[in-house]
Amino acid sequence: MQINDFVRTMQNPGGARRLSRSVNVDFILFLLLFLLCAFGLAVLFSAGGQDLFYVKRQLMFMIVGFVLMLGVAQISVRTMQRWAFVIYGLGLISLLAVLLFGVGAKGAQRWLDLGFTRLQPAEMMKICVPLMISAYLSKRFIPPTFKHVCWSVVMILMPTLLIVRQPDLGTAILVFASGFLVLFLAGLGKRYILGTGLISLAAIPVMWLFVLRDYQKQRILTLLSPEDDTLGSGWNIIQSKTAIGSGGFDGKGWTEGTQSQLSFLPESHTDFIIAVLAEEFGLIGVMALCTLYLLIIGRCLLIATNAQSQFGRLLAGSLGSIFFVYIFVNMGMVSGILPVVGAPLPMISYGGTAILTLFIGFGMLMAISREPKQMRTQF
Amino acid sequence: MIEEQAFSDPARERQIFVGRALLASFLILVFTAVLIARYFDLQINQHQDFVTQSDNNRVHLRPNPPARGVIYDRNGEILADNQSVSNLTIIRERSGDLDELIENISALVPLSESDVKRFYKRLKRRRPFEQTPLKFNLSEQEQAILAVNEHRLDGVKVSARLSRFYPKRGLFAHVVGYVGRINEREITLIDPIQYSGTDSIGKVGLEKFYEDSLLGNVGSEHVETNARGRVMRVLDKVDPDSGSDLVLHVDSKLQQIAFDAFAGERGALVAMDIKTGGVLAMVSAPSYDANLFVSGISQKNYSRLLNSADNPMFNRAIQGQYPPGSTVKPLFGLIALDSKTVSPSTKIDDPGYFKMEGIERPWRDHNSERGGHGKGVDLAEAIIESCDVFFYKMGIKTGIDILSSESMAFGLGAKTGIDLPGEARGIMPSRIWKKENRGASWFNGDTINMSIGQGFMLSTPLQLAVMTSRIASKGKVIEPRLVKSIDGVDLITTESTQLPDIDPKYWDYIHQSMKGVVHSTKGTATSINRGLNYTMAGKTGTAQVVSISADEDYDKSKLNKRQWDHALFIAFAPFEDPQIAVGIIVENGEHGSSAAAPIARAVIDGYLNADSDTTNVGNLALQGLSVYANQ
Repeated sequence: MQINDFVRTMQNPGGARRLSRSVNVDFILFLLLFLLCAFGLAVLFSAGGQDLFYVKRQLMFMIVGFVLMLGVAQISVRTMQRWAFVIYGLGLISLLAVLLFGVGAKGAQRWLDLGFTRLQPAEMMKICVPLMISAYLSKRFIPPTFKHVCWSVVMILMPTLLIVRQPDLGTAILVFASGFLVLFLAGLGKRYILGTGLISLAAIPVMWLFVLRDYQKQRILTLLSPEDDTLGSGWNIIQSKTAIGSGGFDGKGWTEGTQSQLSFLPESHTDFIIAVLAEEFGLIGVMALCTLYLLIIGRCLLIATNAQSQFGRLLAGSLGSIFFVYIFVNMGMVSGILPVVGAPLPMISYGGTAILTLFIGFGMLMAISREPKQMRTQF
Repeated sequence: MIEEQAFSDPARERQIFVGRALLASFLILVFTAVLIARYFDLQINQHQDFVTQSDNNRVHLRPNPPARGVIYDRNGEILADNQSVSNLTIIRERSGDLDELIENISALVPLSESDVKRFYKRLKRRRPFEQTPLKFNLSEQEQAILAVNEHRLDGVKVSARLSRFYPKRGLFAHVVGYVGRINEREITLIDPIQYSGTDSIGKVGLEKFYEDSLLGNVGSEHVETNARGRVMRVLDKVDPDSGSDLVLHVDSKLQQIAFDAFAGERGALVAMDIKTGGVLAMVSAPSYDANLFVSGISQKNYSRLLNSADNPMFNRAIQGQYPPGSTVKPLFGLIALDSKTVSPSTKIDDPGYFKMEGIERPWRDHNSERGGHGKGVDLAEAIIESCDVFFYKMGIKTGIDILSSESMAFGLGAKTGIDLPGEARGIMPSRIWKKENRGASWFNGDTINMSIGQGFMLSTPLQLAVMTSRIASKGKVIEPRLVKSIDGVDLITTESTQLPDIDPKYWDYIHQSMKGVVHSTKGTATSINRGLNYTMAGKTGTAQVVSISADEDYDKSKLNKRQWDHALFIAFAPFEDPQIAVGIIVENGEHGSSAAAPIARAVIDGYLNADSDTTNVGNLALQGLSVYANQ
């Protein structure tokens, strides 16, 4: 924040200051996101068969996203905190609505048809849950007591299980992680973290027997040995690894990737888009992307530590770190070190709701970065 | 709530948070390192492997099948050709759920149940990534419908390929044969590379015998394909060598004349060029449409052919074994003359039957009811009138050993070596043969039966034609052959060897006798000499289908037609300079003279008078005249 102010003062003393007073915007974050979106659109153009169809739609979502982000940035942090419970409640209701009236594809029911557009409420929960948990914990003891941890877990698990029912295991894991991260940042005791780890381990056989569907089990088996079924579920992962590996150090060149251009790579414009990037831009491209991501995450965590309120800290910190979880899950699954779950690569994969959700999150971050000093409680 | 907030300590909150945020940053860096390490491993360490794998994905070596050699008759008429047809094929490895796919396809183009059933059968023995045909011979409309919808039918391809076509349909089915889909047994025998782009192979006839020449050499091309197997571009290619074209000795006009002459009767005919041994016509009636087999015959059609009492798939000309009957008389007469057991002056009395000492039952002559051929019958008369008693006596006197061994030299009892698969060898019995096959010793009664071409003796129509041409050429070892040239190069015909010397006067004697069969008033085939503009020599024959006991009369009214005698006829012409020899059998035709001889007349007329039939009348009529002038 200090750097930001400094830069702005140097460039345009007076005018900008007035602007920054009336409009909340974090220029560094804005610039980094702009670069990321531009890179994403270039990759998407190639991944979509060098057709502008997806690029145009994605660009539209991004423009709406930027507007939305700037809009959200103007909302005061206190307002967010006050409305957190309502927003979370609406999110839960829409998840229920999806289960009851949702439309879907490929055996899953994920969308809510609003007539003019289709919404994926599970995506929205990725910010609703950290918002709720941050709001809840910021008013409680720090570190959270057993009772507060329990309530938090209930609030995290409700949407998570609803999303598992859709079924959308990938998003469910990410929603759970986003809530858990708030607890972690709030100073959750080591016993709880350890306990969560143990419970997760114990849950594996239970999940395998009662929760996971056949295709999900198949994905996990595929991770262990994709070569067993080269034409079935192993196909995706073999093709994506081939695409990444054949890209080499500096790639085959933009729109020159044979794996993606000749359609060997499945879902190349959505979940597997990193393979297109890796094939066409090589390891250099992957490292450039990672650098960009790390800069964004670093900026988010900086905003978090400088936040004036505990709510702002927790929300900004969790949104920043969940951003990394998205990246890790996606890049890990495409490169074959994690099972294949539906998880897009943030800002690069094609998908409207995911983009808008991300921008809303960054809008909140910008709002937090401009949070006025709170009235401290006097002792 | 307010109470709890009151206890909060902002400094401690911030301190705890910063600690956790630092821990999170550390973990984020560690996990980023894990990701980078993973991508480094794939993109740098395993780079070469994945480049290979990526190339294997997109670059395919595709066989470029050669065009199969075309088969022509001696005048350049096409008997077997290649036609471009479009087939609907599926690459299993590229398609999704098959049942669903086939359902989608059947909504676009009609698919019969047997199409689908046979597709699944083929699917089991396909090679990986091979196009397995689902429907053959798509119409242009079907091709267009599929072309429009191809993008949503993964793994489906309309492939144009050359398919065998037999324009003469049934006429040459037994000569040319047909190709069919490679079966499980054949797939283990063939060179997988040569056949990589070919799914059919010669099954019978010349198509099988000359498979290696007809096939050609496979070419190849490297193509870049997308994940659906669609070819995006050809990287490089090696053109295939087409198979060799065959030109046959067969004359398709003559073949048609011969086939028509059977007029629905069952039987077979072989006509040979005496100068070269080339087969001019080879008929086995009834026949079948060879095109039925090319893309896999339907079960219904196949069982109809297989279960037909007329057995149309059986090539009677080379596989049918019949007792030659009296058609062997000229040959046996020649052997007897040569071995001095009879002479031109030998005469016998024929009371209509022959009795042998110690055997009660007499052997009858075929005209025994008319009291036999009378007194003083000589060999010529015995041939012309077909007197059995003369041959009974002559056979006993000559003996089985001489008759058997000398007959072999004329092509009886052994494969002729014609360029067709599946030839039968017939039976020329001997003492050894009987011991080995019947486990009994040879009796004189066996010789008597054999001396009129009955008993154990069996021969194919082809063997009769070969025997006739060897007699006609006065002892040249003429070998039958269907193919005249391969790719324009004439097959080397070695000069026919001469059989051991037989006195020329005996040759003339036998030739004259055979001429008498057609031209003398008492000849058994005089009915066909009316209006003959050349001289023909021949011999009729009748072969029993059911054995009639000696004291019983053959009464055709008591038998159904399938038990009637077979009618046979052999002939050569022109008498002065023999050019064509024929062997004919008409199953259940009863009499060689009435059923088989007219067919010989039609075919020999067709051959010797062919020139006057053509449009170029003026020029060729002159040539025709010169033929007659030679006579």
